[in-house]
Amino acid sequence: MTPASASTEALPLATPRRAGRGVRRFARHRLALIGTCTILFLVLASAFGPYLNPYDDLHIDIVHRFTAPFSGPHLLGTDQLGRDMLARLEKAGRISLTVGFAAMVLSIAAGTVIGVVAGYYGGIVGAALMRFVDAVLCFPSIFLLLALAAFIEPTLLTITIIIAATAWMEVARLVEAQIRALRDRDFAVAAMALGAPDHVIMFRELIPNALAPIVVAATLNVARAILLESYISFLGYGIQPPIPSWGNMLNNAQDYLVTAPWLAILPGAAITLAVTGFNFLGDGLRDALDPRLDIR
Amino acid sequence: MTAAPVLDVSDLRVRFNTDSGVVPAVNGVSFTLARGETLSLVGESGSGKSVTSLAIMRLTPTAPICEVGGSAILRDADGPPRNLLTLPEAEMREIRGSRVAMIFQEPATSLNPVLTLGEQIAEPIRYHRGTPRATALREAERLLDLVGIPDARRRLSSYPHQLSGGMRQRAMIAIALACEPAVLIADEPTTALDVTVQAQILELLRELQARTGMALLFITHNLGVVAEMADRVIVMYAGRVVEQAPLQTLFRRPLMPYTDGLLRSVPRLSSLHEPLEAIPGNVPDPAHLPSGCSFAPRCEHAEAGRCDTAVPELQSATPDHLVRCVRWHELTRTADGLLATQ
Repeated sequence: MTPASASTEALPLATPRRAGRGVRRFARHRLALIGTCTILFLVLASAFGPYLNPYDDLHIDIVHRFTAPFSGPHLLGTDQLGRDMLARLEKAGRISLTVGFAAMVLSIAAGTVIGVVAGYYGGIVGAALMRFVDAVLCFPSIFLLLALAAFIEPTLLTITIIIAATAWMEVARLVEAQIRALRDRDFAVAAMALGAPDHVIMFRELIPNALAPIVVAATLNVARAILLESYISFLGYGIQPPIPSWGNMLNNAQDYLVTAPWLAILPGAAITLAVTGFNFLGDGLRDALDPRLDIR
Repeated sequence: MTAAPVLDVSDLRVRFNTDSGVVPAVNGVSFTLARGETLSLVGESGSGKSVTSLAIMRLTPTAPICEVGGSAILRDADGPPRNLLTLPEAEMREIRGSRVAMIFQEPATSLNPVLTLGEQIAEPIRYHRGTPRATALREAERLLDLVGIPDARRRLSSYPHQLSGGMRQRAMIAIALACEPAVLIADEPTTALDVTVQAQILELLRELQARTGMALLFITHNLGVVAEMADRVIVMYAGRVVEQAPLQTLFRRPLMPYTDGLLRSVPRLSSLHEPLEAIPGNVPDPAHLPSGCSFAPRCEHAEAGRCDTAVPELQSATPDHLVRCVRWHELTRTADGLLATQ
């Protein structure tokens, strides 16, 4: 280490930026870093993998069915129709991750809007909205999911909407509690005294102050949405074959669990990696964004 | 002063309906505020001065919890007289921050911690005038300069936690002045600041008032600050005006025993070795006000049968000196304060 770099390291910045401290705290969180790398790996593999892989995920090759992984030209083997497992995992990753992200965006948007309106206005409006949230929350989400999925034709879009419809309530409650606490703070009263319209107070003054828990909820919601998509696809109500998703690949693998276990292990591992990755990321963000930890 | 009042508050009443009964916080407060004038509302904690200002801004809690009566007429240069207390909410919102602005006691918590100063100053300009963001930010820079924040352009992108207390209050003033209000309500704007910074902020407010001609309603419990700032003073006690007079008159010849007690409880250099005088007793619980003069239980001149039967009227000692005391003409001022002569 050169003397120059040692001295800059020893001198703390006069006004350390909050973002900088947050990033450092996040980097110290080892599991969060691992989670981020895992997610990055899955996203990159799903996005660019199909261009690097010579095999098509829909190409049926009955002659080479049930090839074990690492035993031939197919890196991760083939399934019961001789389709390349790697290609299918990558394509399925696109579907599963897309559904996860899109459902997260939808559920966060819906939950935030309902939560902020309920928390800001309070009174009858707030009570009505929150009781509605409580009512929806009473349904077991898997049951709700399957009931909805049974009636609606499963496409990428409808499945995303159905998953979001079972995930927005917790966000709404979280945001409502935050906003209710924030709206009595001096700066919110000051904004009212300045004649700020309600939407300005809600979305420009209050929401940025509640962003940290929303971001954490968002990452955890991605994990949850991926898991839910796997559930319903596994049960056959989700993404329909031949389009692969991690969930319906597992569904396919049921019959060959003993003869070709890699058909189950590979998509299962992908789901596990994605879900734990996002959960670790969420935990790391929760710590990094918590201002009370700034003192350390 | 011949100027027509910009703000005419009459018989303002604020009641809070709490679980433990009705609490009258403000009981028939009336005053006028002329263009360019500074009127000081003085009183102890709980005397109703802050509630008065919040009621004028219509920022008190909503109907079942809090009821507001009376009127507060705003006579703006550009428009007909409007009663702030009965105006539809949408019109009231246009007035807040643009015609009547307010600055608060605690600059540290009155600024949004996650928005830059530039955004916070530009915001009211944007929604009151529809100015585009870039123009509003240039205006914000000019305002920061106006309130004496050095290096205004760089400060636009600062967050509140990067500023000192005095700087934050300057920024609050910049936000309040963004739309050139006719009336500025300052609710103890210097209480949270160091004495030296306090003097700078008062100086700044006076200077800005001279420049813009706005009327200033200055709420404080600090008589030293009143002496610095006010043209006229209203002394409030238990939700009522108990004395109202021009600054000099009030300080030289207070008529109400309460005002006299307040003035005598200010520490002085000349009486350095004497114990500090204090008014005995406490402010009455607003939910259980005494039946007569609310100050009577603490007043050394209170007379049984006169002071504790009915609330005294606000009487005119001189045309511009009002006092709420049945015995005011029986008391004369001596070196030791008010003394009963009869």
